[in-house]
Amino acid sequence: MNLMMLLEMASSGFGHRVAIGSRDGSGMTYQDLYDQSGRASDYLQQRNVEHVSFFDESSPALPVSLFAAAWAGLPFVPLNYRLSNVDTYSLFERITPTFTISDGAELENIISGVDGVQSTAWHLFLTDSAEGAIPEPTWNMDPDEIAVLLFTSGTTGDPKAAVLRHSHLVSYILGSVEFMGSDEDEATLVSVPPYHVAGIAAMCSSIYAGRRIVQLPFFDAYEWIDLAIKEEVTHAMVVPTMLSRIVEELEKNPSHKPDTLRAISYGGGKMPRPVIEKALELFPATNFVNAYGLTETSSTISVLGPEDHRIAVESSDPEVRKRLASAGKPLPSLEVSIRDEDSNEVDPGVSGEIWVRGEQVSGEYLGHGKRLTGDGWFPTNDGGSLDSEGYLFVEGRIDDIIIRGGENISPGEIEDVLLQHPNIRDAAAVGMADTEWGEIIVAVVVLSDPDFFSEPEILGFSKEHLRSSRTPEKIIMLDELPYNETGKLLRRVLKDGLVNQDNSEG
Amino acid sequence: MEIRAGSRLKSAVCNTEVIAVKAPGEDMDIRCGGVPMLDPSDTGEEGGKPDAAAADGTQMGKRYVDSNETIELLCTKPGDGSLGIGDALLAIKESKPLPASD
Repeated sequence: MNLMMLLEMASSGFGHRVAIGSRDGSGMTYQDLYDQSGRASDYLQQRNVEHVSFFDESSPALPVSLFAAAWAGLPFVPLNYRLSNVDTYSLFERITPTFTISDGAELENIISGVDGVQSTAWHLFLTDSAEGAIPEPTWNMDPDEIAVLLFTSGTTGDPKAAVLRHSHLVSYILGSVEFMGSDEDEATLVSVPPYHVAGIAAMCSSIYAGRRIVQLPFFDAYEWIDLAIKEEVTHAMVVPTMLSRIVEELEKNPSHKPDTLRAISYGGGKMPRPVIEKALELFPATNFVNAYGLTETSSTISVLGPEDHRIAVESSDPEVRKRLASAGKPLPSLEVSIRDEDSNEVDPGVSGEIWVRGEQVSGEYLGHGKRLTGDGWFPTNDGGSLDSEGYLFVEGRIDDIIIRGGENISPGEIEDVLLQHPNIRDAAAVGMADTEWGEIIVAVVVLSDPDFFSEPEILGFSKEHLRSSRTPEKIIMLDELPYNETGKLLRRVLKDGLVNQDNSEG
Repeated sequence: MEIRAGSRLKSAVCNTEVIAVKAPGEDMDIRCGGVPMLDPSDTGEEGGKPDAAAADGTQMGKRYVDSNETIELLCTKPGDGSLGIGDALLAIKESKPLPASD
């Protein structure tokens, strides 16, 4: 098995369709992409490197270099280009000798002259590798070859490189995407960066489905809307912060709105209920899909589909309504189990750690081996529960759980309640060290109208909806919560900020 | 022929080509159109027709499995023959299409 298999099938099944780029005829077809990947594989092999890396925003060079690396038998490593120089060097150190595709400008300057790093600008990569014959399709079919290395966002400690082998990514695509399942007019708008697992998965799944890829290298709500209109985009994947900005933009400028969107999928963090409700209202004809996945699982492991969304919104049964905040049901090609601290499976409705098992699950880190149990389960370090019908509720990282007076409290539960407050736009609950309780709950809120902030009023609201042991002790108002660029709440940054504030006040 | 995950096979009697996405790594009598399939590099005798009992054809992108799901073949090129192990025909692995999630 090899990722190239997917592209080879696409080029032989529907080679004339546009794979990537504009519908104005300037795009690259699946046949073009196949040919170009073949030539580029030769070019990469001549560099005598061990890894092909991608240190830039999205461009058509992303799918070309991804597949060319697979063809050449070299691991592909997309790198975060928003890190400090020091952090950037430490990532590069781990993959030299490497050939890297960069921007030919500021980013490339950072790494020029670094030992073992050869680089070129993405457009030069495309032109320089466009010459020569297309090699015979003799890529390695060993399913255990490394396809992609992804440095996980590492909100704490050194980033680890998750290892995705060809078998993981190919299994994921075969298990979740129907070959040529897209109509010829479908186009997907990809605005997640290449170093996010969803950015890589989007390339693979769109190509196998035959859905044209439209790239937005730098997310901006206005640009996103504009490109969706211009390119008659039918599908898009967004992280919660993106959707919330799109919703705000559409409220400001309701006439500038795409009407071709058939499906929007969202994931990569917790979606505030008001945002999704507003989005459902703004796009009544669009299907919404919530996907939950991890880098270590080759992206999506569970999906809340369009029908689930509709049923949850329309239902009067609180159990069913609640599912709008769930991550839906696990993919049929894998298993999910909720375990307690002793690794025993717990009953429906009971929280524990989310474990997952299946062919797309890698659970392996470079230099650290596989973090799988003897029988193939990957403990995700995410807390969650399954309801009576198998809907998965994700509660966030287990490390983020607040332990107050010996009771384990999931921040998500408190945040869900706070977000129902009409004036609260965003909320985070964190545990702060306390001599009496071990930790106390502090709620940090962002208000739609900050002039109406009242701590006692929000505390009162919380008391109405939460058990007393789970009610925040303190409410702090901020202008904004810290997120990384892919929509993950940076709880540690938030907590550190609060501690510092406390110290300076005290 | 020994079939393992990643093995490619081509039909001796039609255009069908497959890749094993799941296989036990054992010798198996994989057939297409009733005739043993070949290694893609095999330049030997081709031609003939699928046996009438195995001539429903293969579909591009479909996965074919035996009744125990010990083997799974992905059709990468369609043809007129049907896939089988010995005389037992393989069936299309039915899967409910999932909504696009990334």
